[in-house]
Amino acid sequence: MANLATSKKKVTLWDRFRYNKAALVSLIILIILFLMLIFAPQVTSYSASQSDLYNRLSAPSFEQTAKGGPPHILGTDQLGRDIYSRLIYGGRVSLTVGFVVGTIGALIGITLGMVAGYFGGWTDMIIMRLVDVWASSPTLLIALTFVMVLGPGMRNLIIALLVNSWTLFCRMARSQVLVIRSSAMVESGHAIGASTNRILFKHIMPNIISPLVTTYVLELAHFINAEANLSFLGFGVQPPQTSWGLMIGEGRKYLTQAPWIVLFPGLLIGLTVLCLNLVGNWIRDEFDPLAVKQ
Amino acid sequence: MTEIDAKAKETLLSVRNLKKYFPIGGGLISKAKSNVHAVDDVTLDVYAGQTLGLVGESGCGKTTMGRLALKLLPKTSGEIYFQGEDIYKYTAEQEKKFRTRAQLIFQDSFSSFDSRNKIGKIIGEPLEVHNYCSGSELEDRVAELLRTVGLKPELMHEYPHTLAAGQKQCIGIARSIALNPAFIVADEPISALDVSVRAMVLNLLKDLQASHNLTYMFISHDIRVVRWLSSHIAVMYVGKLVEYGETEEIFAHRLHPYTEALLCAVPIEDPRARHIKREILLGEVPSPVDPPPGCRFAARCKLASERCFKETPPLLERRPGHWVACFENFEGDSEIS
Repeated sequence: MANLATSKKKVTLWDRFRYNKAALVSLIILIILFLMLIFAPQVTSYSASQSDLYNRLSAPSFEQTAKGGPPHILGTDQLGRDIYSRLIYGGRVSLTVGFVVGTIGALIGITLGMVAGYFGGWTDMIIMRLVDVWASSPTLLIALTFVMVLGPGMRNLIIALLVNSWTLFCRMARSQVLVIRSSAMVESGHAIGASTNRILFKHIMPNIISPLVTTYVLELAHFINAEANLSFLGFGVQPPQTSWGLMIGEGRKYLTQAPWIVLFPGLLIGLTVLCLNLVGNWIRDEFDPLAVKQ
Repeated sequence: MTEIDAKAKETLLSVRNLKKYFPIGGGLISKAKSNVHAVDDVTLDVYAGQTLGLVGESGCGKTTMGRLALKLLPKTSGEIYFQGEDIYKYTAEQEKKFRTRAQLIFQDSFSSFDSRNKIGKIIGEPLEVHNYCSGSELEDRVAELLRTVGLKPELMHEYPHTLAAGQKQCIGIARSIALNPAFIVADEPISALDVSVRAMVLNLLKDLQASHNLTYMFISHDIRVVRWLSSHIAVMYVGKLVEYGETEEIFAHRLHPYTEALLCAVPIEDPRARHIKREILLGEVPSPVDPPPGCRFAARCKLASERCFKETPPLLERRPGHWVACFENFEGDSEIS
């Protein structure tokens, strides 16, 4: 028996991850992207708002500019701003919004969901009806309404997206807790006199966390998209700040003359979302006991 | 008899007119449509240092009774006194103390473990919760507990799923005796085990009782096991206590026809004894959902009279220390042993 246990342990999480090529590549891309965003001043030669009207709408090239400046490797936009630099600085905003909304939403949603599932009764009823009301209205419309009232900008955009983002986590956490609440494990906790806090956070939480981590990663992609949508419509981040969504929105008018303005932010949104999804799927497969493992 | 009487004086747990109904249907606002009478008017005593065997077929409410005795479920009515105090009227502090004095052994201990934890953590958790000890002291105590239940102390660094079923059950027992409790409810502790390890676990329970001065409420559907381990027996049928008394008294003078039927269901090892005529119960267990008045066993009882279908027989002391809920059989002392 001891042998069996040790031979099982030899295949580490890293080993299993290494053989999932798509997830591995995705993770590497995401890490590179994050590093580039963190060290934005070091990896760019222009600032996001530095315009150069002589070089408006110039195509991507590796040649120096007429004035001898560093090349615009991804071209410039209608004001002659460097697309590459704008992508990096804009990505900071896009991902910040995604992560902040996802993380705060997950914390609020999971806590409320666990409370609803564990205590049941009136608590459950009130929290879940709240979720129903919130979730029955479309995310983007609600967010739009909130931005209209609060005014545009990154902070308000985060608040607007948060309004709906917790509901999915809440429902998921609740359903997981419902399954585990009546288990012998929880009863055993009561029998030894463990506090509710201990049972909830030391026993229930670690046992339900993996599907929630999966949801979290997949939802990040969703919020990055939502930010892009709102900024595209002009209700999100305001110039001179920029984000991927806003870049697409601004470049839309020049689509025929200078497609690179919308192409690169579009590609980057797609790539980030795809990578997050692949990593999320891997986490789900890895922690779901029902998923088939090689 | 007199010897047991002398020992039996100290009552550890007394149950008085205990009822537990589970509502079916109905929600937060509407009233329940009907109730499952899981435990219905049960009165019994558990004596310190002794074992009460709680027997009955599945669904008769014996597990619910065990949970109620540990205050793991809210009761509907009635009282349970632990060392003279009503456990349902405990203050938070008293309840915390009670949790160190009374423990539960599960039918399937493994399912009661947090399988993400190592064995040392599982056994040490009660000690941690009640701040008994920590650090290396905790580890020593866990090692000692593992030795007590006949396992190697090194196992504390393993995960429980690497063990065999009997060993898992021993881990569960170690966890339940960690706080040196006085009272343990053992809920079918051997039913899920292979026959080969049952004796081992039963002997362990018996040894622990002697060495730790434990009082057991031993829940089982196997009346032979109960007879071997218990000083007293309580027989339940569909939520009702039908017979209660000292083990040998009950085996010598079974007064309730249901107890009789339970004993007849015990297999006889001797193949030559096959021809002996036995009472086999016919019919089905009645539903515990809002049962009609009358004796719940009446429909399957060969002695049932008209009265049995109309009135609920009270639990009466028919012989000294021997309580029976039956109208008909009180003089039918069938002297078979």
